Amino acid sequence: MSSSPDKLVYMANQIGKFFHSQGHDRAVQGISEHIWKFWDPRMRKQIFAHLDTGGAGLDPDVLDALQKLKQQA
Amino acid sequence: MSLIQEIDFGTPKSKSEAMVTLTIDGNQITVPEGTSIMRAAMEAGTQIPKLCATDMVDAFGSCRLCLVEIEGRAGTPASCTTPVMPGLVVHTQSDRLKKLRKGVMELYISDHPLDCLTCAANGDCELQDMAGAVGLRDVRYGYEGENHVFAKSHGCENDSWMPKDESNPYFTYDPSKCIVCSRCVRACEEVQGTFALTISGRGFESRVSPGMSESFLGSECVSCGACVQACPTATLTEKSVIEIGQPEHSVVTTCAYCGVGCAFKAEMRGEEVVRMVPWKDGKANRGHSCVKGRFAWGYTTHKERILKPMIRERIEDPWQEVSWDEALNFAAAKFKGIQQKYGRDAVGGITSSRCTNEETYLVQKLIRAGFGNNNVDTCARVCHSPTGYGLSQTFGTSAGTQDFDSVEDTDVVLIIGANPASAHPVFASRLKKRLRQGAKLIVIDPRRTEMVESPHVKALHLPLMPGTNVAVLTALAHVIVTEGLVDEAFVRERCDWSEFADWAAFVAELKHSPEATAIMTGVDPQALREAARIYATGGNGAIYYGLGVTEHSQGSTTVIAIANLAMVTGNIGRPGVGVNPLRGQNNVQGSCDMGSFPHELPGYRHISGDAVREQFEAMWNVKLNNEPGLRIPNMFDAAIEGTFMGLYVQGEDILQSDPNTKHVVAALSAMECVIVHDLFLNETANYAHVFLPGSTFLEKDGTFTNAERRIQRVRKVMTPLNGYADWEVTILLAKAMGFEMKYNHPSEIMDEIAALTPTFTGVSYARLDELGSVQWPCNEKAPEGTPVMHIDGFVRGKGKFIITEYIATDERTGPRYPLLLTTGRILSQYNVGAQTRRTENVVWHAEDRLEIHPHDAEQRGVRDGDWVRLASRAGETTLRAEITDRVAPGVVYTTFHHPDTQANVITTDFSDWATNCPEYKVTAVQISPSNGPSDWQKAYDEQARHSRRIAPVVEAAE
Repeated sequence: MSSSPDKLVYMANQIGKFFHSQGHDRAVQGISEHIWKFWDPRMRKQIFAHLDTGGAGLDPDVLDALQKLKQQA
Repeated sequence: MSLIQEIDFGTPKSKSEAMVTLTIDGNQITVPEGTSIMRAAMEAGTQIPKLCATDMVDAFGSCRLCLVEIEGRAGTPASCTTPVMPGLVVHTQSDRLKKLRKGVMELYISDHPLDCLTCAANGDCELQDMAGAVGLRDVRYGYEGENHVFAKSHGCENDSWMPKDESNPYFTYDPSKCIVCSRCVRACEEVQGTFALTISGRGFESRVSPGMSESFLGSECVSCGACVQACPTATLTEKSVIEIGQPEHSVVTTCAYCGVGCAFKAEMRGEEVVRMVPWKDGKANRGHSCVKGRFAWGYTTHKERILKPMIRERIEDPWQEVSWDEALNFAAAKFKGIQQKYGRDAVGGITSSRCTNEETYLVQKLIRAGFGNNNVDTCARVCHSPTGYGLSQTFGTSAGTQDFDSVEDTDVVLIIGANPASAHPVFASRLKKRLRQGAKLIVIDPRRTEMVESPHVKALHLPLMPGTNVAVLTALAHVIVTEGLVDEAFVRERCDWSEFADWAAFVAELKHSPEATAIMTGVDPQALREAARIYATGGNGAIYYGLGVTEHSQGSTTVIAIANLAMVTGNIGRPGVGVNPLRGQNNVQGSCDMGSFPHELPGYRHISGDAVREQFEAMWNVKLNNEPGLRIPNMFDAAIEGTFMGLYVQGEDILQSDPNTKHVVAALSAMECVIVHDLFLNETANYAHVFLPGSTFLEKDGTFTNAERRIQRVRKVMTPLNGYADWEVTILLAKAMGFEMKYNHPSEIMDEIAALTPTFTGVSYARLDELGSVQWPCNEKAPEGTPVMHIDGFVRGKGKFIITEYIATDERTGPRYPLLLTTGRILSQYNVGAQTRRTENVVWHAEDRLEIHPHDAEQRGVRDGDWVRLASRAGETTLRAEITDRVAPGVVYTTFHHPDTQANVITTDFSDWATNCPEYKVTAVQISPSNGPSDWQKAYDEQARHSRRIAPVVEAAE
């Protein structure tokens, strides 16, 4: 597994699962902040590119968080 | 320089605050209640003769040499066992005492060889000193009678004589020189806590006996060296002293093995180390040591050390030895070429948790300022990165909360996913001492570790299935909340109450109860409830944890769950309590503090913060990138993808230590230039293009920061064999890259760190020399450092409770891989073994073994010692089996100290959700009998052999 969309989607969903129990709004905030703080720009670029093609496989909270992050970027 | 002579006060210090005044030899002395007369006299400068007393162990009163007279009392009491009393009038010298002492010494010497001139203890023998002190001039009894000294007497075999025991690789036991003071026996019991030694026989037949009259190596002895240190004669002597002679000067320095950070005196003769002796004033170790720090330093001069720089174009080529200039210019040209071709972000580096703070700081500075990106990471990524994340989220600091002394005030110890007896042995000894005094112990670990059962220690053991930490810790919280054991006053005062309420409602749900989670965790609900009650109500509760917590897909969640437990029970902010990560390597804490993570500058400040970044930009005179860089696993992914092509690795062996070896091999192979800066041609070097020889901790100045946040000096005792200390090499590499860094001495690097990092502003080499060590934060608010954190409130303000939902790892067992593999360490080996495998420590652990339960072994037809094939979804390897019920059915265990085992061929790509810390501790595997090494192992070995060739230097013909 290289840092293909599959792996990044997996990582993003893993982050999402931690925040999920905090409710949608806090989860979206937490996920987007986490990815912004810890992911290198090329990883963010790749996941945004995946988002543009529909974001297959991303959990709902994660999808919302990435969309929010992308708008801020 | 001279030999540091530590004062031996004869008996331990009393902790009492009540003071007592007495008169010794006409001088009034005031000492704490409970002090012995011997110690009181020594504190006043009077050394009462003694043999069986030493201040590392309790008074024993057997040698009868320390007799004194006390006015108004009959007889001549032993000063070591007689406590001070108000108004006592003591005389340490009188005609009667002189006569008695001389008589005692005469008896001792009548059964002791008189080979002082050729004795290894010559110059360091307390028996000799005491003979001198009491004025012994004659031994009237002669040596004709019964004795332990001579192999033959009157032409016959002497049955009382015993030959030397040379079985231990580091020290010799010569029974003929033993005076049976039992200092060694008591050191083994009281200091080390192993109880390997005893006195066998009675009266004249008394002998020091390892185990049941076994050899030292064959006994339970763990070779910590406490007995050797305690021995007043040449009975127990370091083989290095026997070989070299007595040292002539010594320098205090810090051990380069685990995160305990023991202070040692490097006892030297010229530039040769004679021995390493634990320093009593070392605040982490208090005069104790383990087999690694005390004895396993031979790697520093091992013949396999690479001392000349080497380069090669392709990894298939043999290495070419070149000058430093050529190697550095080659490396710089490669890196600059890569950056031109693939972009500025295509290179990066890994700082070492074995190197000093100053060296680590320079490597991250080189990357951020010289390379112009933030692609810097460190081995903490694969061990304690979840600690950093979890504790900073909940408490506000990325570090443990206590000092090691704190354990002396602890009533309940909760150990989670750690085996200090093997991995942090000196701390384990201090902990066991407290347990023998009555503190309770709870151990949460899949294995019945050495901590669970040891002499006079019995733990409440919760053997959980690997990967279910969060479920177990949340169940503990469930019991505390639902049984009304919450320290509400603490939570209301120190924590955010509404976050607490949310969290309490979450953990109180029935699905988090011990009964409901037992099916996943395998933990007996009653035992779990009992553990929760003990921790919450048993007095000062302290949590110590290790990589069994962090190296999981929910590593960060587990750290948060631990912090929640400490907060809900009010076990934070005073001595005896707290949350204490046991750090793996000597300077993991330091490397994290020094800005080794890609997203944060020194002092844990995010790279995107303009104000902080601008301070660094002003000091470094360069514009910094404000985006986080790649973490180690991300670097590997990016290499395979083709966007990350150059890596500078200082003092780490990522190929052996990182998970999924095949993936790491693919990544390293894809890179165009790998620079390895190390002592040895390690596994990573098989894929390197530049090798820069490293220096050992004995060859440089600097500081290490241990698991207590304690900053301690590392002092140079010999010239670097490779020519340069590592910090100098980084400066030279930076210069070759066109980035100048000017420092004349590591103290100047520390001054820069202090100027830029708020928690370090009070740290300087002068301060460290003055205080011995300091624990950060050390600044205007805490000029002498901070032993216990969060005393009046959390660093982040209010303590933050965070919900910890248990999410099972995706690494699951199934029909093809029905067993769970977990990994750990053994006492005698360290990390990837690069150092310890190059010492005599291999006598204890020559290979990694697979521990398997008898039930699982029988099902597969595996017998003890058989070769077995260990296969996971990632790969397979072979090693030999050890059948034991230390592991539960369904769980297997191995260590990862030997490269030919290749334990990480088996481990997978799964990692912690927050930090990408790999999930080493859970891998689904299958075991089957095997005939020997796997194809992968053979191919790997062949590649390694091929890759390690060094081209012969061709001398030009005249």
